[in-house]
Order: sequence, then C-alpha cells, then structure tokens
Amino acid sequence: MSQAATGIDIKKSAIDSVLAGLIALVVFGPIVGLVLDGFAFNAEPKRLFAIVAVVMVGRFLASWFFQSTKGRDFLYKHTSKDEGVHVLAPGHKSKLKWIIPLTILIAFAVPFIASKYVLTVVILGLIYVLLGLGLNIVVGLAGLLDLGFVGFYAIGAYGLALGYEHLGLGFWSMLPIAAIVAAIFGAILGFPVLRMHGDYLAIVTLGFGEIIRLVLTNWTDLTHGPNGMNAPLPTFFGLEFKRRASEGHVPFHEFFGLSYSSAYKYIFIYLVLLLVVLGVLYVKKRLTQMPIGRAWEALREDEIACRSLGLNHVLVKLSAFMIGASTGGLAGVFFATYQGFVNPSSFTFFESALILAIVVLGGMGSTLGVVIAAFVLTVAPELLREFADYRVLAFGILMVLMMIWKPRGLVRMTRIGVSAREGNVK
Amino acid sequence: MSQESILKVDNLVMHFGGIKALNDVNFEIKRGTVSALIGPNGAGKTTVFNCLTGFYKATGGNIMLNANGKATSVIQVLGESFQFSDYFNPVAFIKRLKYKMFGGSHLVNRAGLARTFQNIRLFKEMSVVENLLVAQHMRVNRSMFAGILKTKGFKKSEDEALERAFYWLGVVDLKESANRLAGELSYGQQRRLEIARAMCTNPEIVCLDEPAAGLNPSETEALTKMIRILRDEHNTTVLLIEHDMGMVMNISDYIVVLDHGEVIAKGGPDDIKSNPKVIAAYLGAEEGEEVTL
Amino acid sequence: MDIILQQLVNGLSLGSVYGLIAIGYTMVYGIIGMINFAHGDVYMVSAYITAVAIALLSFFGIESFPVIIFGTLIFTIFVTGVYGWVIERIAYRPLRGSSRLSILISAIGMSLILQNYVQLSQGAKQQGVPTLLSGAIRFDIGDGFVQITYMKLFILFASFIGMAALTYIIQKTKLGRMCRATQQDPKMASILGINTDKIISTVFVIGATMAALAGVLVTLDYGGFDFYVGFIIGIKAFTAAVLGGIGSLPGAMLGGIILGLSEALFAGLVSSDYKDVFSFSLLVVILIFRPSGLLGKPEVEKV
Repeated sequence: MSQAATGIDIKKSAIDSVLAGLIALVVFGPIVGLVLDGFAFNAEPKRLFAIVAVVMVGRFLASWFFQSTKGRDFLYKHTSKDEGVHVLAPGHKSKLKWIIPLTILIAFAVPFIASKYVLTVVILGLIYVLLGLGLNIVVGLAGLLDLGFVGFYAIGAYGLALGYEHLGLGFWSMLPIAAIVAAIFGAILGFPVLRMHGDYLAIVTLGFGEIIRLVLTNWTDLTHGPNGMNAPLPTFFGLEFKRRASEGHVPFHEFFGLSYSSAYKYIFIYLVLLLVVLGVLYVKKRLTQMPIGRAWEALREDEIACRSLGLNHVLVKLSAFMIGASTGGLAGVFFATYQGFVNPSSFTFFESALILAIVVLGGMGSTLGVVIAAFVLTVAPELLREFADYRVLAFGILMVLMMIWKPRGLVRMTRIGVSAREGNVK
Repeated sequence: MSQESILKVDNLVMHFGGIKALNDVNFEIKRGTVSALIGPNGAGKTTVFNCLTGFYKATGGNIMLNANGKATSVIQVLGESFQFSDYFNPVAFIKRLKYKMFGGSHLVNRAGLARTFQNIRLFKEMSVVENLLVAQHMRVNRSMFAGILKTKGFKKSEDEALERAFYWLGVVDLKESANRLAGELSYGQQRRLEIARAMCTNPEIVCLDEPAAGLNPSETEALTKMIRILRDEHNTTVLLIEHDMGMVMNISDYIVVLDHGEVIAKGGPDDIKSNPKVIAAYLGAEEGEEVTL
Repeated sequence: MDIILQQLVNGLSLGSVYGLIAIGYTMVYGIIGMINFAHGDVYMVSAYITAVAIALLSFFGIESFPVIIFGTLIFTIFVTGVYGWVIERIAYRPLRGSSRLSILISAIGMSLILQNYVQLSQGAKQQGVPTLLSGAIRFDIGDGFVQITYMKLFILFASFIGMAALTYIIQKTKLGRMCRATQQDPKMASILGINTDKIISTVFVIGATMAALAGVLVTLDYGGFDFYVGFIIGIKAFTAAVLGGIGSLPGAMLGGIILGLSEALFAGLVSSDYKDVFSFSLLVVILIFRPSGLLGKPEVEKV
C-alpha cells in the first residue's frame, strides 16, 4: 500500500491490463471475433485482437495515470462534483449580447446564400432544435424522463398527413391543430402516469411511443401502414409551391413571374420554421422566469417540498409535459411538410434516443446548449457519411460518458440574480 | 389572544403494515400559541407531523384544521377510498372523486398549514430568492399569456412577490445571501431559509420539525426570537417538534408529550416539568418506580 | 376451444421466458432502485452468443443433442454473465450516488451501445440457429387438436429449474442472505462488512445469467433473431416485473406467466397485430391502478 502511495506500481498496472484483456476477450470474442454466417461462422481474429489490444493498452495507461499524482488530482477533481449552476449578479449584462441579433440576421440570410442541399440539412437541424427544446422543458426543467417523445413528433407529422387526406386541411390549419392535439395526447397520457415514481414514467412513455408507432403501422385503413402517407406543402397566402398548382390555385413562381425552382419551397419552409423556432426560444426564456417555470425546476429539485408549499405536483408536471408535447407536435408538422411524406419508420425509439442525446449533450435546462447540440448531432452525421453506421454507437457512448463526467451537460445553466430591496408584506 | 382551536386531532391512528406507530392520539392547538410536541426518540412525533401535514394518510381518526376562515378535514382532502354509500349519493361521490384525482398534501398547505422538514428540503440548485418565489406560487399571477407577454399585471405581481421574499429574508437575516444558491448556504442558514419559505405561503399555522437541531447556542437563541416574531407580529400559530428542552420550555405556551404512539401528558411547561409520567418516559423508569427531578 | 388451449400452452412457455428476464429487472430494482434499461439488450446479446456457441460446437463436429444443449447453455450463461458484470462496472458503478435521472440516461446509453455494437459486428441481417429438437405431443380435442412441441416442454422444464436454483441461492445460501440484506438496507449491510459493490455486481451477473437462459431457450425455439429483439421483449419482461410487484422474485415469475398467458390469449382471440399494444397498455393500466403489483409491497414515501 505504501508503495502505491509513493510511486507507480508497474506490476499492478500490468495485472490490471491483463485482467482487462481477458475480460475483453470473453466479451468481444463471440460477438466481434466470430461472425455468424448462416448456421456457421467466419472467424475475424484481426478485429478481435485489435480491440483486445486497445483495451489492454488503454487499461494499462489508465491504471498508470491514476497512480500518478496528476491522475489522482484529476480523479479528485472529478469525483467531487462541484460544478453546478451559478447565479448571475443582479443587472448582469452579457458582453456577448450583440451575438444574438447577429445570429438571427445570419439565420435569415442563410436561404439566400446557401445551396439547396445545405438548406435542407439546416432545416433538419432546426427541426431537431425544436424537438430538443420541447424535450428540454420536460427533462431538463421538470426532471421528467420522457422516452416516448417521438410519439408526439409522430402525432404532429401524421396529424398533417391525416388532416390533409381525410379532412382536406392544409399546413396552416394543421400547424396549431397538431400542437393542440399533441398537447391533449400528452395530457391524457400524463395525467394518470405523472403521479408515479420517475423511473416508471420513463418506461410508460417508452411504451406509449411504441404504441403510437405500432398503431400507425397496423391501422392500414387510416394510415396506409408502412407505405406511408403524403403530406402537403405550406402555401404562401394561397400560392402553392408546386410546379403545377391544383385547380383554382396559382403556383408561387408563376404569380411572381419567376421560373420554377424546388428551392423556393425549402426557402419558405425554412423561414417559417425559423420564425417558429425563434418564437419557441423566446417563450422558453420567458417560462424560466415565470411562476410555472420556477415550479418545474422546484419540482425537479424536491417534489415533497413542493407539495408542502401548496403546489399540485401532478398539474405542474402535466403542464411541462403538455408544453413539451405540443412543441414536439409542431416539429412533426414541419418534418412532414419538409419530407412531403411520412411513414412509421421515422418514429422509432432511436429517434427518441437522439433527441435525448441532444438534451443530455447540450445541458439539462440550457437553451443555448440544446441549439448547438441539435446542430452538431444532426449536421455532423450528414458531413461524415462514412461514419453514419457508428452514429448510434457514438450517441450511446456519449450518453454514458456525459453522465459520468458532466451530468449537467456541456453548457452550464445560469440563474438570474435580483437586486436587493427593502421588502414588505401586504 | 383568542382561545379558539386552530387544529384539532381526534383519535389519530397510524399503522405501517403491522406496526402501530400511533395509537389514539388526541390534542388541540389554540390559535396564536407556540406549542411543542415532545417525546423520546421513536415516540411518533414526526409521524404525527406527517399526518397533520398530509404526507401520510392516517389509518384512522380525524384531523380538523380551522384556518383561512373555514374548517378543513386533512384526511378528506388527501382522497379517501370510495364508500359503499357513495354509489347512491352522487354529490358525495363527485366530492370524493375530486379529492382522489386532485387531492393531496398540497391542499393542506393551501388550507393554511405550512411545514419544514427534519432533514432540510430546499431547492438546492435554485437561488435563495427563487426558493421564496416558488413558495408564493399560489399567490402570484400564473397566467401563461401574461407571463410571456410581460403584462403590467404580471410585472406588478412579480414585484410584490419579490417584496415579500425580501421581507422574509430580512426576518431570517439572509438578505445578503439573496442571490446565492440555496445549496451553498451553511446549515443554520438553510434551516432559517426553510422557515422563511414556509412563511411565504402565508400560513396561519406553521409546523417546524426540529428547527434547532444542529444549531449552536447563539443560533438557537436567534431562532427563539424568530419564533416569537412569528407569533406576536404575524399572528401565526407555531407547532414544533424539538429535542432542545431548554428552548422548548422557554418558548412554548403548551406542550404535548408523546410516548409509544400515545399522548402521555399535555399542558403548560410547568405542568410538564413536574409530570411523573413524562419523567418516567424520558428517564426510562421501571413500572411503579418513583422518580423525581 | 382448441385455439384457447393451444394459446394457453404457448402462453405458458412464453410467460416463463418473460419471468426469467423479469428476474433481472426486479433484482436490480430491488437492490439499487433503478431500471436496468440495458437488460433487454443483454438478452439480445445472449441470443447471438447462443448461435455462436451452436456454430462453434458443430464446427468441432459435436452432434450429440444433450452435449450441444449443455455446451451452449454453459457457454452462453458464462459469457452473458461477464457482460452483466462489465455493464455494471462501466455504466452504473461510476454513477453510484448520482441522481436517478443520470443513472437512467446512462442505462439508455448502454442499451444503444449494445444494440449498435452487435449490429456493427454481426451485421444488421436476421440471424438464425438450426432446429435441434423437433417433434411434438398431440392431443385430439373434438374436431381440432392441441400440440405441445418438445421444445416448449423443454422451455418449461429449464425455466423451472432456473427459477428453482435461483430461489435456492437467494433463500438458503450465504450469498443470498447478503443480497437480501443489501436490498433491505445497503448502508447497514456495508457497516456489517458486506461489500455492497460486490453484491450489486453479483445481482447484475445473476440477472444476466437468467436472461441468458431465456435467450438460449427462445433462440432454440424460434430460430431467428436480430439485434433489435431485446427492445420489445425487454419492455414486456419489465411489464411482467411490474405486474408481479417490482422487487419481488416470485412476483417476477408470476407476472411473467400471467403476462405470457394473457398476451397469447389476446393474440389468439383478438388480434395478433396489436398484441404488443395490448402488453404496453397493460403496463400502463397496472401502474395506474396497482403500482405495487400483485406481490409487491406498497412504497412508503420517506419525508
């Protein structure tokens, strides 16, 4: 023991490394080393030994590092989880205030500079910003783990397609209706479930997300099942963005005397989406400074204390759940109109996991973090196509590592200070 | 001081599985007094508190809270199971259904009873002021639209809430710490903040669960003063559980002694001090043995 | 009539498999109070290991049925047990004492890692194992008949043995006593000299071995599987655990069998397209009306 305290015990590191190697061999051997091929298998020793070698070297270095003074300092710093939120001084003005209008300006300029491909990627990014913001209210602020968030996304997307096909409603009428319908579904699901223990909520919402997907897949009379449905494009004061408008309508390009380009519709979707995202960002910012937002956070911190202060915990949770759900519904409408088509395979659990990864990486409750994370996690896979297969693996590793090292996310949340005053009771 | 009772506990019984934690507890708290609930460890004091404040649903008995101008049955608002007769009486049925769906301990607070906790329960990652603002949730302007649009009414209501928060911060001497995180405060400060937070809900009776535990003598003295302020300046009834006998005897107008889930004595501090049953309970005397202090 | 009986037989074998997997959920929940989200994927991994084991054994020219079965069982249970240990070590132990939300997110991360890692190493296509045990007992009833395959009988027999062995370990051995003590009060248990970290690891390993047993049995019966099978069966096993009362071992087994039976009946009599919807809805309904399940104790809130 004294030896370990003074110097570095190479022997210990070596033993650690060999043990780790043995375990890696058992774990990876049958799955990585032997690949099933019909009822037989192909051996892949190279791959296996590469992984085992990486594990051994990694374990050796880790063992070595944590025995050194530096390593122990590092370990100490990260086990004493001191990093948290901090309160801004009253009247605090960020020096970076000018960045917000600048970003908004650039955001409005994007469609006129970027190529059509870049524009479609950015639209997708914004849809995930919307999803991330919605889930962040539920998970980050209210502390409720919702694993079926994709269900509300699906309700929004299918809402547009179903409303178009069965009721003849267009984008503009379905946008608010879908948000309301998603919120109602959130209420129906949430009311009985939200009085339970937090972990149960996770699994029930997960089940709910799957139910929605299974119903969409199997109810073929209504949804055409796996074949999917068509979703309408938005219109610009009644002008359509198609090459040839339906009867009695004028296409956008003819009205303005332009030649047809499919980019117009993306530009329009982008601008509408951007406005909605900005609106949601503003509402989110206001909510955190409103009684309801404070109640959500208080509930995340201590539910029992909240009840002792007269807050109805079920209704407070329900409001977070419904607002989150309606944001998810909005995102769904945009997703459907952007693709022009929806089918159930867009709404699997992986999608929920991706949205959760955005919230986790961006920081629970942090708005800026979520916006950045949404773009990083949706745009990066587009740029790195050859690594697309590893996307989910990367999300998984990211979630585990983030929870171990930085459970509050990369961007810390700050609280707003208030200036002192006399104080009196009326 | 009026002598009407604010809280009346009748035949309170609480069982956990087979364990009888409370056995027929009866007492009454007069409005505008400081009362204490004392007893040896495991006597059931905190269980009584949790029943009073609606965190445990009592197995039997009745708790009547007479505050905010009306009488509230604490057990009823938690939501009782349906009785056979309810199926023939729609009014009773709907009432019970309402409490079953929307009932809970929050209604006890809204009826005018606030509490603190033995192991402090603050919103640790929120600032001190925010802790107090959350406590005023039921009094401020909660309209979603007013808040998003920052209407005049909303601003005024928030302003009033801040005024009230700072007033109570002044009472508990935490004004300098207003913008710190609640979790960063020292133990004694956290205890005081919890009392301020309970007071922000504007209760008529406040239940303090071991407020002096872990405080040093000077802090205890400050606490005693604060409790007097609550009673004398705010006309608040105080009920406390406390082990610090010096403090209990010093400030209480009325004391209820609990042992093995039963009330063994009640009365003024002087009666309690000389009550042989109480002394026996504390010193663990054998049956029939005479003990004197 | 014959449909109902046939579905009861199918449901019973399905239910015992749910029960085996539910044990993993219920034990982990009992001891650290969290849902081991990656448990369904441990089951999925065990299906792959089963196929690999069978392929390995046939590669070495072993053809005797009992040797293949026992070889596969031992190999799969051992490797999956190691998986259970590694998962706990990587994704849960560093988070001891963190908030529940963090632990749950880490568990979801682990679940994604397992699915994607298996998909990347073994390919996304459906895999299969050869039929090792065929044949059935047939009963004629009126115009129809009910048949019980030998495989179904083997499933019932093997799950019974597995559950009995586990009950013995938990109730009668020193290890079991330490597990129960840790479940009741981890702090006190550690004061009394029980290495609670080790016990928690052991519980994960036990859960994984039970999932492995289920994995071998189901894989031999159904033949086909892919990297996604753990997801649905995981939720269903969790439903079984909740139905029986989470934290209770006999509850997990009972819950599994009830769920298996009711699901099979629903599939046979109402609609097989919606049988998963039925199970998930059942989960929601139980949680609303009886969150403590059939055999669980109601949770007393600590104030």
